[in-house]
Formats: sequence, structure tokens, C-alpha cells
Amino acid sequence: MTPFHTVTGIAVPFGAANVDTDVIIPSRFLKTVTRSGLGASAFDVIRSDPGNIFDTPRNSGAPILIAGDNFGCGSSREHAPWALADMGFRVVIAPSFADIFSGNAYKNGLVLVELPQEQIDRLMSVAADADITVDLENQVVTTEYQDRFAFAVDPFRKAALLSGQDEIGLTLTMAPAIERYETRIADERPWLAGAAARRF
Amino acid sequence: MTNPRTLYTKIWDDHVVEQRDDGTALMWIDRHLIHEVTTPQAFEGLRLAGRTLHRPDLTLAVPDHNVPTDHRFEPIADPQSALQVETLTANCAEFGVEMIELNAAAQGIVHVIGPEQGFTLPGTTLVCGDSHTATHGALGSLAFGIGTTEVEHVFATQTLLLKQSSSMEVRVTGSLGYSISAKDVALAIVGALGTAGGTGSVIEYTGDVIAALSIEGRMTVCNMAIEAGARAGLVAPDAKAFEYLRGRPRSPAGAEWDAAVAYWRTLPSDAGATYDRVVTIDGSAIAPLVTWGTSPEDVVAITGVVPSPDSFADASKRLAAAKSLDYMGLAPGTRLEDVVVENIFIGSCTNSRIEDLRAAAAVARGRHVASGIRQALVVPGSGLVKLQAEAEGLDRIFIEAGFDWRAPGCSMCLGMNPDKVPAGERCASTSNRNFVGRQGPGSRTHLLSPAMAVAAAVTGRLTDVRELMA
Ligand code: SF4
Repeated sequence: MTPFHTVTGIAVPFGAANVDTDVIIPSRFLKTVTRSGLGASAFDVIRSDPGNIFDTPRNSGAPILIAGDNFGCGSSREHAPWALADMGFRVVIAPSFADIFSGNAYKNGLVLVELPQEQIDRLMSVAADADITVDLENQVVTTEYQDRFAFAVDPFRKAALLSGQDEIGLTLTMAPAIERYETRIADERPWLAGAAARRF
Repeated sequence: MTNPRTLYTKIWDDHVVEQRDDGTALMWIDRHLIHEVTTPQAFEGLRLAGRTLHRPDLTLAVPDHNVPTDHRFEPIADPQSALQVETLTANCAEFGVEMIELNAAAQGIVHVIGPEQGFTLPGTTLVCGDSHTATHGALGSLAFGIGTTEVEHVFATQTLLLKQSSSMEVRVTGSLGYSISAKDVALAIVGALGTAGGTGSVIEYTGDVIAALSIEGRMTVCNMAIEAGARAGLVAPDAKAFEYLRGRPRSPAGAEWDAAVAYWRTLPSDAGATYDRVVTIDGSAIAPLVTWGTSPEDVVAITGVVPSPDSFADASKRLAAAKSLDYMGLAPGTRLEDVVVENIFIGSCTNSRIEDLRAAAAVARGRHVASGIRQALVVPGSGLVKLQAEAEGLDRIFIEAGFDWRAPGCSMCLGMNPDKVPAGERCASTSNRNFVGRQGPGSRTHLLSPAMAVAAAVTGRLTDVRELMA
């Protein structure tokens, strides 16, 4: 995972609410066995219109996306953050995000910033002609017009995003605790082991 | 004396490997179900990092999402689908994972086979790289969908780092009316909560209606917990759950069975346990429901009309409704019973179990699919459901009525395999999502119960099944 510090750049003022994962990456593009290359198919339906907001010369490859309420609702597909990252996005700013999407996004180094709707509206209008800065370290979104919007972020996720640390590696440092737990449940709930094999 | 705890808290407490200072906990995962779509990149990650799969004995694989439901013994025609299934097979062999092969009798939709095999058990944590994993909550398993990075995390460590969710009780009181099914209950709940109403929560379904539902009916209700935004849905395990699991191929047996049941009996929420939120729904008032829009919360009684966008208080809802109606090709005020459909889909992890097929067959018996219907698929959720249905003669009823009787898989639930709804056409579907393009680009989905899907098939329009069965 690439460490994330501060991103300054163009923000696509998309703004739509309840954008589900089928809109971000329709299921017919999920038939891949690798993680890269999904950006070309992202927002497929919207981008079939040549005048769409994502493919203008200015917005194409922009690092920041501004969206509406409940962004990423729908399925658990991690292809959604992969597709967004493959399009070039490093940050999505919205009033709220769907649960599973938000877990998936952070695990892939995509930063989600929750701001109230009025501040989103303000950023949408600024984004039309000015860059936006997202500073994760200081948890603040700023613009050259002196806007300064603080946002909350889970400390654990923040640390992981800033260091670009691999979560599996971190968990494997807790291997002794895992082993103790396994020994205990093998005794307390013996019926749980060997589940995948047919027993009769 | 310990504080009264909910079912959710009990399962949570029993799975904490290590509580961390930042509020997250390293949680043990008892059961991991995998399929071909969300795992190749996780196996890829293991391989790249030189890691092994920690507990293959707790991992069960089955291909389901993009398998064809006809010509099953020929090679899969779509090269990408074929590659995903082959990749799953090769990865399972490499990492020692038990796989139910495509042409095995037990193959089926991952959320149908888990319970059917006795792999899903009460009081377990169960994960799958699929958002409808909540289905397994019907047996009192804390089951939730995860992304591919988490799949890889479970592969490598058999744990996940999680934060406890808030708890919500959805109490469905009273008793269901004639011809009202678990699917109507599921839709009523999503309609009442809205697609974000359960965000951040684990729902426990309680009340007389839930207690009276069969285990399969409870699966239908839990299946759609995600449609209300919830992390998981749960029903307390009871005698019905134990009976359901007894003697299944992967259920515990002998002394282990007795020990397991004794443990399972301790799981239901204690008297006096409290939830962060409680929502009560009057089950007696639930009518046969259908969706009119492109969000599962867009539910309306079959006797109703398509709502006007102006009827929503919220501006963003008004906008969304107008867009939905445009996509769906529906005018406000249209009677739902006047909506003509061209496609029928009976299947998906919501409604493809034997009881669903029995309910559908009861309506189909002696009737025929209307002439305007272009496709009417009945897709059993697993090979074992299919065999059971055939033993009961249900396949004959469907075939004589003009339905297409298929092999198990996700089928028309998502536009990923050959079963699709053509652009601009409508489908009366027993699946769980009516999103734009879900059943194929330009497809228009009306969610409803299996009996209602058959009613639509035989009349060619959305129909109140109570009229047919009166
Ligand atoms: S049937 Fe549909 S909802 Fe269920 S697992 Fe398959 S694609 Fe997902």
C-alpha cells in the first residue's frame, strides 16, 4: 500500500447520492483474476455519455472525487475501490459512506473523508475551478479560498494509511495470541474443527 | 452475576482473540466460504507474500456466480468465467481447500450450500466475500460479507480486525396473512428501515412472525439485512435450527453434537438485554409487496400504485425517485397490477430453497406461463435442492407450466453469466437487488416473492397472488 500524506489536486464534483457499487463497477466487469485495470470500466453507464464529468480533459485522472450521501452502498465487491484507485482517485469526499465499502477503501489506501452536506456543497462549487487539498495527518480539507474543514478518521485506519502498512503483517505479529485462542477453542468447542470435510 | 447480553454480544465475546486499545478487536473466524469471483486476488496476494492458508479445514469453496445454468456438462463458453472457475479450482488444490466442484451434486449458491451442508452453525463467526453472507444469520451465525483484502486476511490468519457494531432489534409482531411469505417480510423490513437504516448495525430479528418462520424463511429475511445497510442479520437459534442441522453432511455428530447443542442453547439474548435501537413492524399488516424503483427500499403493496416523486419529503429522495421511474419506464399513479413483465426469475440466495420452489409450484400447478413472457427461469439454489424438487415432482409442474428448469447457480440475480434480462425489458424477480443494470445492462427489476413471481408469469403482469389462489 502506498503511504498517504497530503493530496492536492483536482476534485471531480460528482455529487450524486446513493451511488451503489454496481454504478461504480458493474458486475459484468468483475470477471478478472488480478487487481489492476478496472479503471477503464468504472462508472461505465455514466461514462457512455461522451460529455460525462469523469472524462473531461480537466477531470480525467483527478485524485479527488466528491460524492453524495451513502456512497458505495450495495455489494461487498472490492473491485469498487480498485476501480476508483485505477482511475487515479486517492480520496473520496462525501457526507456518508456505506460500511463495507469504507472498510474496503481504506484497506486499499483510498482515503474517505466525511463532511457535512453544506461543506460538500461548498467544495463542489470550489472544485469547478480550483484545487482541493486533503491533509490526512492534520485531518483537514483546505482550499485556496481559506476554506478549512476538519474531518474525523479512525486512529487505527489513519495510522495504517499514513504508514502504508500491510494489515496481515500486523496481525501475524499477534500469532501467539491466535495460537492460544485456537488451543482453547479446540477444547471448548471441539465440533468447530475440520468443518470443511464431509463427516458422513 | 453478569450483565444480560444479546445474542450478538455473546457471539462477539466468544470470538475475541485480542482486544486492542484502539477499540478494534482481533476476532476469530470459524467458517470461511469462498467462491470464484472475490478470491483470485486474495490467493494471488498469499502467493506474492509467500504465505500459507492458515486453516484450510475451516474453508469451503464452491463456484456459483458465473456458472451457466444450462449445458452444464460442456465447458463454460465465456472465457473469463471459465478462467475464474479454473483459477478457483487450481487455487483450492494449491492451498489445500475443500471445493465442491461445479458438477458435484452438492454444488450451488454459496449461501444455500453453507446451511445445507451443516457448515453454517449457530454461534459461529462466518464470512464470505459476498454481501449476502448475512443469510447464514438465520441459524444464529454471526455472518457478514467481506472484501477481497479481508478474504486474504482470513486466509493468512483465520482472524479479522473488527470493531463491534451497534445492535438493532427488528421485532416483527403478529402473524402473517394468507399467501404472505418470508420475502414479503424481508421487503417490508427494508422498506421500513430504508437502505441506510441499518448502517453500522447488526440486526437481531425477533417477534412472533420470525419465531413462526421456518429456518429457510428466516434465511430469506436475513439475506436482505444488507439491503437495509446492516452488517449482519441474526435470529436466535432454537429447536427448529437444531432440527434443521441434525444429520447434515458437515454438522457435528455424536457426542460433539450434544456438546454443540448444549452450547447453542446458551446463545439467545438474555431477558433484559438491551439493543441500541428497536424497530417494531406489524407483521399482520404486511401485504404482498413488490418494488417499483431501483432501490430495494422502493417497496409498495401489489394493490398500490407507483408513487409520485413529489410524495417524498426529502429533496434527494424526490430526485432519486424521478430518476428511478425514468429508468424503470413507469409513470406515477400506474397501478402495480397493470405493469406488464417479459421475464420471470425464480432463484437466487434469497429464494431458491426447497420451500421457495414448493410455494412457487403451488401457484404454477395447472396454470401456464402467459404468451408475452420471453423467459421464465426456475433456478434451484443447489444441486441437492434440485434433486429434492425433482423427487417431489416440482420440476414437472414447472416444465408443464412453461417454465425453464435450470441447474443451480446465481443465474439471473446478477448480469455475470449467460442468464440476463434484455435492455428495456422487465423482470419479476425473487432476487434481492433491483439496482440499475443488476440483471443485465438496461434491465428493469421488480423484486417479489416466489409465489408472486409465478402469479406474474401466468398473467404476464404483476399480480396479487391472493386473487389467483382465492
Ligand atoms: S444469488 Fe445473487 S445475491 Fe446471492 S450470492 Fe449469487 S449473485 Fe449474490
